[in-house]
Amino acid sequence: MAQSLPEPTVAALARGLAAGRYSAVELTRACLARVEAAQPQLNAFITITAEAALAAAAAADAARAAGRAGPLTGVPIAHKDIFCTSDVRTTCGSKMLANFVSPYDATIVSKLAAAGTVNLGKLNMDEFAMGSSNETSHFGPVRNPWDTARVPGGSSGGSAAAVAARIAPAATATDTGGSIRQPAALCGVTGIKPTYGRVSRYGMIAFASSLDQAGLITVSAEDAALLLGAMAGFDPRDSTSVDSPVPDYAAALDAPLAGLRIGLVREFFEKGLDAECEARIREAIAVYEKLGARVQEVSCPNLPLSVPTYYVVAPAECSSNLARFDGVRFGHRCESPRNLTDLYSRSRGEGFGAEVKRRIMTGTYVLSAGYYDAYYLKAQRVRQLISADFARAFESVDLLLGPTSPTTAFEIGAKVDDPITMYLNDIYTIGANLAGLPGMSIPVGFAGGLPVGLQLIGPHFSEARMLNAAHRYQLETDWHLRAPAAFA
Amino acid sequence: MQWETVIGLEIHAQLATRSKIFSSSATAYGAAPNTQANLVDLGYPGVLPVLNGEAVRMAVRFGLSIGARIARHSVFARKNYFYPDLPKGYQISQYELPIVAEGALEIVLDDGTRKRVGITRAHLEEDAGKSLHEGLPGVSGIDLNRAGTPLIEIVSEPDMRSAQEAVAYMKKVHTLVRYLGICDGNMQEGSFRCDANVSVRPKGQEKFGTRAEIKNLNSFRFVEKAINYEVERQIELLESGGKVVQETRLYDPDKGETRSMRSKEEANDYRYFPDPDLLPVVIDDSYIETVRSQLPELPDEKAARFVRDYGLSEYDAGVLTASREFGAFYEDVVQRVGKEPKLCANWVMGDLAAFLNKDNLEIGASKVDAAALAGLVTRIVDATISGKIAKDVFEAMWESGESADAIIEQKGLRQITDTSAIERAIEDVMAKNPGQLADYRSGKDKLFGFFVGQVMKATGGKANPAQLNELLKKKLAG
Repeated sequence: MAQSLPEPTVAALARGLAAGRYSAVELTRACLARVEAAQPQLNAFITITAEAALAAAAAADAARAAGRAGPLTGVPIAHKDIFCTSDVRTTCGSKMLANFVSPYDATIVSKLAAAGTVNLGKLNMDEFAMGSSNETSHFGPVRNPWDTARVPGGSSGGSAAAVAARIAPAATATDTGGSIRQPAALCGVTGIKPTYGRVSRYGMIAFASSLDQAGLITVSAEDAALLLGAMAGFDPRDSTSVDSPVPDYAAALDAPLAGLRIGLVREFFEKGLDAECEARIREAIAVYEKLGARVQEVSCPNLPLSVPTYYVVAPAECSSNLARFDGVRFGHRCESPRNLTDLYSRSRGEGFGAEVKRRIMTGTYVLSAGYYDAYYLKAQRVRQLISADFARAFESVDLLLGPTSPTTAFEIGAKVDDPITMYLNDIYTIGANLAGLPGMSIPVGFAGGLPVGLQLIGPHFSEARMLNAAHRYQLETDWHLRAPAAFA
Repeated sequence: MQWETVIGLEIHAQLATRSKIFSSSATAYGAAPNTQANLVDLGYPGVLPVLNGEAVRMAVRFGLSIGARIARHSVFARKNYFYPDLPKGYQISQYELPIVAEGALEIVLDDGTRKRVGITRAHLEEDAGKSLHEGLPGVSGIDLNRAGTPLIEIVSEPDMRSAQEAVAYMKKVHTLVRYLGICDGNMQEGSFRCDANVSVRPKGQEKFGTRAEIKNLNSFRFVEKAINYEVERQIELLESGGKVVQETRLYDPDKGETRSMRSKEEANDYRYFPDPDLLPVVIDDSYIETVRSQLPELPDEKAARFVRDYGLSEYDAGVLTASREFGAFYEDVVQRVGKEPKLCANWVMGDLAAFLNKDNLEIGASKVDAAALAGLVTRIVDATISGKIAKDVFEAMWESGESADAIIEQKGLRQITDTSAIERAIEDVMAKNPGQLADYRSGKDKLFGFFVGQVMKATGGKANPAQLNELLKKKLAG
């Protein structure tokens, strides 16, 4: 493995850059060397943009020399390949978009570039973000740096693996049903899915529009706070983004936790949770109690319905969102179509993988005449009940804590033939998406040598409080600073 | 058997916004293909729709003008189907919760009776693009300039009972949307078009017959012809023991017939569901009241006022209020003349309308403007010229662009009102026509007209007709 980065976190790197201990170009070179070296083992990247990264780094150094540097100037990051970038292809992990170059940048790509960050490339992911193991990518599975025979989780598997292996200091990611938090847990890194509407979805290729939310995978909560501040905010091009000021997340990190009311969702501990994972979660909760938090049990009785609810709502929306991939204007087009129907069926048949097709078919079915009420409408009602459960819980607690995933990382191929078991991986994370709530996952130790993640869920727009709680835990522990030996 | 026709119309009116309903592209007609389609219109990966507030305001204007209920909460839904001119694979429309519901319009039938036509709903939606086949051998072209153009779809109740009623209703809506300034009404460019749902049933039967939907009718004449053709087709079919099938049909204007496009079985399952990219449209009372306060005087109100204030017949008032511009022109003339509103109406509806028609001009482009026409009518009212001479003056004004007074002076058309001059002319004519004079005096009253004509001829048509009549009667009596 190439030489390690001078510091593990964005916060420390930013300080190093500001102090002139190394230039952005030097740091970017170091990152690119690690990216290249790790690529055969991890397959974390779909596209590496070395040249553009070095140019951006040079520009960052010039900005610093001219006295125009901001707190993130020159910090290398990488983008999940779901965010449109105008300089390089955006594949969404699919053959359908294998050669698609977007004519525009996603809002968050522009914002992070404007903040001076340097993009190293585009990260691997489950095809169209549909998957929990990163095995549905057209560009091959990503491997978990803690054990390369295992999955990194998904769909933001490339983002989590890259940060865990310390090849990119931070990465953007997206979360529709747990796609940030679950891979963060499985790779032992910090992941944040902000409140629905906190971050613009413009330029993020849609999977399920009412659930999709962009966020981050980082080493620390502090890093997440720094980057989220640059990413969040109202976007006039996204009607579902919320027009309210972005708090100074970094400023709120150190607040004491005394009196913080923490709720443990009873339903999360009832069944299916691996015993050793549960032990790590309980230990983390003890740390919070030591920090002055008051812990109580709460119940969200409808939460066990979140997986079936999600697997109606998300496929319904995806069946419609993915209709635009028809071989007419962009994306994969079949050879010599005989007629319109042939153009559609072969372009889509060849361009989409099995999991994407499964969800398009499920979604088409649940929206069909005669089934809409029984499936889609009923799912929307259950969604309301789940939201109401959370709202009730937040009347008595400030944050909910629990497991992110029922198990640690499983072996590649172990669940590919069993979609239901695969879907159950997201049992703890989906609720926050259905209710639009912010959620995080932070590393809290190991079970059988593999990382375990603790999930935090807060009320709408409580990112500052959540990041504060995660940061205070990380001041007490060093789980987030542990890196897999093979990539040290 | 006696049959009754039942018709409902779905009118699509293109809203006259400058930009599209969910993107910033221009909506102007006639641009080169795909020059007015941005990434949102093209349905690129990652793009999102943002609602144009002006389209909402226009829909509310329409709703208020038909006395409808304005939904405080309406929702955009996706109508899913694949077609090359539909970039996203779905059309954004409104389905379960439209912005306008339960309104009505009153139409006047040929026999003068009035009829109320219910309007079930009016909803906002985006238009699709269009496929191009001409001049592209072996392939189809797609022009997405029209994709995302805002439409309001106005759905009537099945309240119409003949093609004439359907046309009267469609014209009424056409007038209304132009009054409101929410649609240019240009039917050739497709800004105003309709689908007609047509069925027949035995007279007296309550249950509706099976309907056929005739798509995309873009002229009043086609609406009438297509419906009449379809009604005959359905009656013939039923009377020969057949059954009408529920289907979508197309009208072929060249052949004057409708033909089947697709059956109910072949129809798409559109899988409507609320569009998660757009928030519900929430409208409060103050918004509605603001829009209401900005409404112009509507055609029916204006016509009633014309009857009341100007003493016009309902028919004349209806003609003069058929467009906002026409009514405004008329009122401008009346105000300038200051009296004789009926005479003003006759001029606007008569000679002016005829000349506009002849030159195929809109009222806004009239070669004689309201001030000039008022100048002419004033000269009739003050007896400077006769109504008959005025027609020649009008024609000269139309051709030359000069004022009535200038033309009257140049051509010496001022009416003769000098009694002695008229008397001299009468005496002269009597002297030249002794035979006719004798016949008249022996009782042939009809010859009076002959004498009028002769005197008029002698005076170049300028004798004041009333004076002439009076003097002539006296002189002829001897």
